Amino acid sequence: MQVPASFDYQRAESVDEALELLRRYGEEARVVAGGHSLLPMMKLRLASPEVLVDINDLHELDHIALVGDELRVGALTRHRTLLESELVGRYFPIVHDAEKVIADPPVRNRGTIGGSLCQADPSEDLSAVCGALHALAVIRGADGERIVSMADFHQGPYETAVGVGEMLTEVRLPVLPGAGSAYEKVERKAGDWAVAAAGVALTLREGRIADAGVGLAAVGAGALNLHAVQTLLNGSEPSEALYEEAGRVASESCSPVTDGRGSAEYKRHLADELTRRALRRAVARAGRPIGSTAREA
Amino acid sequence: MRITVNVNGDDHTREVEPRHLLVRFLRDDLELTGTHWGCDTSNCGTCVVLMDGEPVKSCTVLAVMAAGHEIRTVEDLADGDRLDPVQQGFIEQHGLQCGFCTPGMMLSGRALLDRNPDPSEQEIREAISGQLCRCTGYLNIVRSIQWAARNGHEAAGSQT
Repeated sequence: MQVPASFDYQRAESVDEALELLRRYGEEARVVAGGHSLLPMMKLRLASPEVLVDINDLHELDHIALVGDELRVGALTRHRTLLESELVGRYFPIVHDAEKVIADPPVRNRGTIGGSLCQADPSEDLSAVCGALHALAVIRGADGERIVSMADFHQGPYETAVGVGEMLTEVRLPVLPGAGSAYEKVERKAGDWAVAAAGVALTLREGRIADAGVGLAAVGAGALNLHAVQTLLNGSEPSEALYEEAGRVASESCSPVTDGRGSAEYKRHLADELTRRALRRAVARAGRPIGSTAREA
Repeated sequence: MRITVNVNGDDHTREVEPRHLLVRFLRDDLELTGTHWGCDTSNCGTCVVLMDGEPVKSCTVLAVMAAGHEIRTVEDLADGDRLDPVQQGFIEQHGLQCGFCTPGMMLSGRALLDRNPDPSEQEIREAISGQLCRCTGYLNIVRSIQWAARNGHEAAGSQT
């Protein structure tokens, strides 16, 4: 029987109240939404917050809306909502690709995008997806909002830019004309963490790749240096030779370790192969009329 | 903390610690032992109950988080002596072997049919993909839910 150590529980009724609670309890407090990452860690004593601030009643943070050239996704948006959102699938097929393979339906009913990003597990899928999409994170604190890039948001394994007394409230995904994106993951069994995964988002302009973004999951702790592969892709014409080179550079940019899910060598091979596959599909999806990806098998 | 959780249509008020898990609240406090407790790590899905109509793993939900929500357990599937079509399907298609995963499987089947009365085999497999059958009897579990879909449209509609 596993149960978490004792803690106090506070259920916030507004974002301001949640922030007030987080300020009051400082470093001893953790936000809980779905709880499907945090509660297992608390059972294993890998995390022992003294206070949980439950934000499940903050419905203002559960939204998906197109505002200008951004899709704004509230931090409390559940995985299931993302998977069922036609708007998300139309503009960001990479998100649907990933959501189909994140855990399983009961977990997706509870887990949230904000929780996934704030957990900052190096194997977490949406972090790689949001990295590839060059998403922005909106962090709110006592002094108002600040917006940080995904590169700045993830500061290391289980470490984010969200400070004491702050919370992630929204994720903003830039909508770019001619964009295509895809996510490829290898897992040991349905609903498992990735052995390795790769996400690619890009736009095509006059037959050349622009605005390339690449994200890898489960092949190294902390922020990976994927500038090299993005630089390689930007301005290049899509071709099998390019995909091959991009896969090679991606696999060299990561730092997998050997564990129960596979050897470092195998994971490096996957980073290479999955980057190529994601690139191929992202290019195939780019430049199509918006909505056509929704009909793709 | 004093919480009130609606379980199977009735409000239940209890004093609980914040760390008390929903699965224990159901089994120990309400003595609804139809909800089984398996791996304890959110993997096996044996503890699946419906929260506001959707499957959740009750070993990873705090009882205090369920306060104010509607929980439905396997005890609520039958209407008196009349079995839910999913329960009947498990009888007809031998979907039950050792029985340990059965309550959760039936609830996921019920939730699926409530929103999609005519699911494909793939949709059924997806719906139960977070739940392990230790007897590996998945084929008959899928067939049981298919049986319920074929034979329980009327009854399924009355559940919502």
